[in-house]
Parts: sequence; C-alpha cells; structure tokens
Amino acid sequence: MTIGLAHYLTVSAILFTIGVLGIFVNRRNVIIILMSIELILLAVNINFVAFSSYLHNVQGQIMAMFVLTVAAAEAAVGLAILVTFFRNRGDIEVDDASMMKG
Amino acid sequence: MDLNLGLNLALPELIIAVGALVVLVFGAFRGDKGMTSVSALCGVVLIAAAYFAAFVGHGTAFSGSFVIDGVAAFAKVFIYIAGVFVIVLGQGYFDRVGNRRFEFPILILLATLGMSMMVSAGDLIALYIGIELQSLALYVLAAFRRDDPKGSEAGLKYFVLGALSSGLLLYGASLVYGFTGSMNFNEIAVAAAANQQTGLIFGLVFLICGLAFKISAAPFHMWTPDVYEGAPTPVVAFAAGAPKFAALVLIARVLMGGFEDSIEQWRQVILAISVLSFIVGGLGGLMQKNIKRLMAYSSIANMGYALLAIAAGTEYGVQALLLFSVLYMVDTLGMFAVQMALSRKGQPVETVADLTGMSKLSMPMTIVITILMLSLLGMPPLGGFWGKYYIFGSALAVEGLWPFAALGLAASVLSAFYYLRILKVMWFDAPTGELDKAPAEAKWIAYGAAAFAFPVAMLALHWLDPLAQMAASSFGLK
Repeated sequence: MTIGLAHYLTVSAILFTIGVLGIFVNRRNVIIILMSIELILLAVNINFVAFSSYLHNVQGQIMAMFVLTVAAAEAAVGLAILVTFFRNRGDIEVDDASMMKG
Repeated sequence: MDLNLGLNLALPELIIAVGALVVLVFGAFRGDKGMTSVSALCGVVLIAAAYFAAFVGHGTAFSGSFVIDGVAAFAKVFIYIAGVFVIVLGQGYFDRVGNRRFEFPILILLATLGMSMMVSAGDLIALYIGIELQSLALYVLAAFRRDDPKGSEAGLKYFVLGALSSGLLLYGASLVYGFTGSMNFNEIAVAAAANQQTGLIFGLVFLICGLAFKISAAPFHMWTPDVYEGAPTPVVAFAAGAPKFAALVLIARVLMGGFEDSIEQWRQVILAISVLSFIVGGLGGLMQKNIKRLMAYSSIANMGYALLAIAAGTEYGVQALLLFSVLYMVDTLGMFAVQMALSRKGQPVETVADLTGMSKLSMPMTIVITILMLSLLGMPPLGGFWGKYYIFGSALAVEGLWPFAALGLAASVLSAFYYLRILKVMWFDAPTGELDKAPAEAKWIAYGAAAFAFPVAMLALHWLDPLAQMAASSFGLK
C-alpha cells in the first residue's frame, strides 16, 4: 500500500479534531489547552506540507514555516498571560476562570 | 524595479514597523518614566503613516500578496487615526491607575501594523500574518494590567478563543490552498470558478468561521462580553473598533475577491451568521447591568448589520461597509472615553445603575451619552443612523435580501430597549452621589465623538461618501 494524499489529510483531520475537543472537553488545566492549540497548528501544517508536495508548489511549505514561527510567538504570549493569571489566582484550573459571567 | 515599487507601496507599514522598533529601543533605555515621550513618538509615527497611506499610489506588490487599493487606503487612514486617539486615552488612563508602562503605545503600534496588513492582504499568507500580528498584540494589551485578576482572566479567555479561531482559519486556508493550488486570492478566484469541489466549500466555511471569531459575530461571540468587561478601558476602546473594521475589510476581500463566483455558497453562511448576530446582540443586551458588557452585545449586533453589506456582495455594499465602520468606530471610541471620564470616589462607573440621575450631576456628559446612545441605536439624523441607512440600502438593492434587512430593522428596535434604558435612568431617576472631576483628555475625546455623531457626521458624509464610493470602485468587483 502506498501512502497517498488522502492518508495525510486523514491524519491531519484526526489531529485537528483531537485538538479542538481538547479545548472544549478539557475542564482541568489551562496548560492542556495550550497543548491542544499547538496540536491544531501542527495538524494544519501537515495539511499544508502534504498539499505542497502533492501540488509540486512551494507556497504551502512557506506557509508551514510561517505557521511554525507564529506558533512559537503564540506559545510565548500565551504562557506569559498564564503566568499573570497564576499570580493573581494561585492556580490555573479552567473552571476558576469564571469571575465574569453573563 | 519591482522591489522598489513594492517598498514604496508599503511605505505606511514600513514607517510603523521601523518606528515601533526604534521607539521600543528608546523606551527600553528611558524606562517607564519615558512613557509620555514614547506615546508622543508613537502618535507621530501613526500620523506620518496615515499621511502616506492617504497619498501613496495604488497597486499590488510582493508578487500579489500585498494589495493597495482605495479600500485599503481608506481603512488604513481611519485605523491609524483611531490608534492615535487610543494612545492619548491610554496615556491618561494608565497614569491614573498607576500602571505606567511604555509598552502600551508600542503594542498599539504593532496592532495597527497587523490591521493594515489585514486590509492589504492579497493572499492567504499575508492574511494569516496580519491577523496574528494584530491578535498577539491585542492579547497582551487585554492582560495589560498585570495585577488585576479580571484583566488577566480577560486576556486568557481572549487568547484561548483567539488561538482556536486562528486554528480554524488556518485549517480552512490549508483546504482552500489544497483544492485550488494557490495562495493568491485572484488565482483562487480563477480556480474556484472553474471547479467547485466540496473540499473547497468546506475550507471556505472554516475560513469564514475563523474570521467571524475576529469580528465577534454570533455564534463565535462568547469571548466578547468577558474581554470587554475585564480588559483595561482604553484597550477595549481600541479593540471594539479598529480590529473589527480591519477584519470586515478582510472578509470582504477574501469573499468578494477570492470567491466572487461562489457567492451563492458563501452568501448563505454570511446571512446565517449575520441574523444570529443581531438576534444574539439584541437579546443578550437586555439583561446586562454592566455598561461594558452592554457595549459588547451592542457590538455583536452591529457586526451582524455590517455582515449584511458583505452578503450583498456589491460595490455599494463595500461602500456601505466602509462608512458604517467609520461611524461605528467613532461611536464606540466616544462611549469608552465616557467610561474613562466618569468615576465616583476613584472607582470607575461600571454599571447602568451608577449612571442614575446623571443629568443632575453633569449636564454635558449626560448630553454626550444621550447623543452616543441614540447614534448607536440608529436614530436619524445621528451618525449611527447613516451607517445603518447605507447598510440596509445595500442589502435592499440585492434581490432576495429584503427579509434579512427587515429582520435587522426588527432587531435594532429590540436593542433600542437597552439603549433607552440608560437614557431613562440618566434623565429621570434620582442621583446616587457626586461624580469625580472628569480627566481632560477622556472628556474632550468624548465631546469630540459626540459632536461628530451629531451634527458633524451629516456634513462629513458629503466628502466621506464620495471618498468611500471611489474606494469601493477600486475594489475590483465585476
């Protein structure tokens, strides 16, 4: 069996779904949400690279590079915000982020 | 030379990018006591950029990924000007709350840079980079008061949902790329016209969902009330207007530029989001006691109206979008300036109940709030009315859209309830206690915004209308 475009797309779709579910189903820890976001971005990267190789077009790989860079910046900003949140509250449970409702 | 031409066209962005870096180094040497001079420098950079954005030529640069047309220039000028006002507001606000940090104006600068990339995006890479640059700066700004638990909660929620929306958007972008073989909107349009596959429509829907998050349209609005309530008020004043303007222009560019022949497909999605938004915005606001949360629901409803103009998909729709966004931006800026101007014993005025009897305490502020509320409500002949006039006009001009315009009108009657409730408590209830003296900069910006909403807007439309029309005609619609 040869591994074709469809296989890559399936893997990426599964990873993407796991990432999205990780954000919505997880009620415990904000760190897990950050990991889920990372998972979503990597799933998208698999898509871009797979399409890029399938189409013989380099733009998809350029985009993958940009996504990796931005993902790093996003993780840095996210963790920084999480640190201020932790200092104010003393923990990082998801259910605790509920001062504001309505 | 191709590169030289490109650099010339991107002059406003280059000014802001280089300016932000230079000012950052300057600020790092001066420390937080240099915030005033850093703010002044950032203001100068933005004004210079606005000048060049208005007069730089039109064209495409960097192999089509950067588009400068009338719409981009129009949006940029107003976004930069909004940035200047927010820097002025923030300077005073952070002084008063004892949180002077020179990074504030620089982050505003970086966010405006992202927005101007968004309005000029000609391909999916530029779209993504623009959105992320804008969002990352705004996440930090939302959590800017590090010692405030509400602020960091707002920042965290904004970050998590914003990152999720970027993920959806990227997944959509990857599918669009895969099924059309190109990142460029014009080439996507050609490929999409030739062959409409399910995968492409799937990608388009993901792309729209990601962008709808950024303008806080329902059902992707969950973050809005919390971020509005928790984030520092000058940041909200900025986030409520400029980024949404930029994202609306971006949506128009992607859909009308990249998918002009698939209009039947995306129109249904946009109309569904639009109707949901003004219903959620109208109903959600009824229960709110906090003024900032109320403004959040008001913005959800207003984004619903703006999407109607995009659903029209015409040149007149683009013109309506531009005018509506500018008028709406002035109203929100004014309303949040009012919030910063009002306080009681050092505590900010936050709830509707805090406004009771305002007319006996401060007549000018009461008149300002009255004008801004009536303008948001869409009472003729105030600024907000003209925005809605153009929007509904553009929707009515397209066959089959009139039921949606009628629904929009009904929803705006519904939302009239919560605007009028504020007027009622201000004018007819007994006052609860003296207000503090209003800080000068917030007071004058509030006065200015109210004066613009009525009567300046009517006169300004005489030259704004042809400008927007000219801009829309360069948008490249069939």
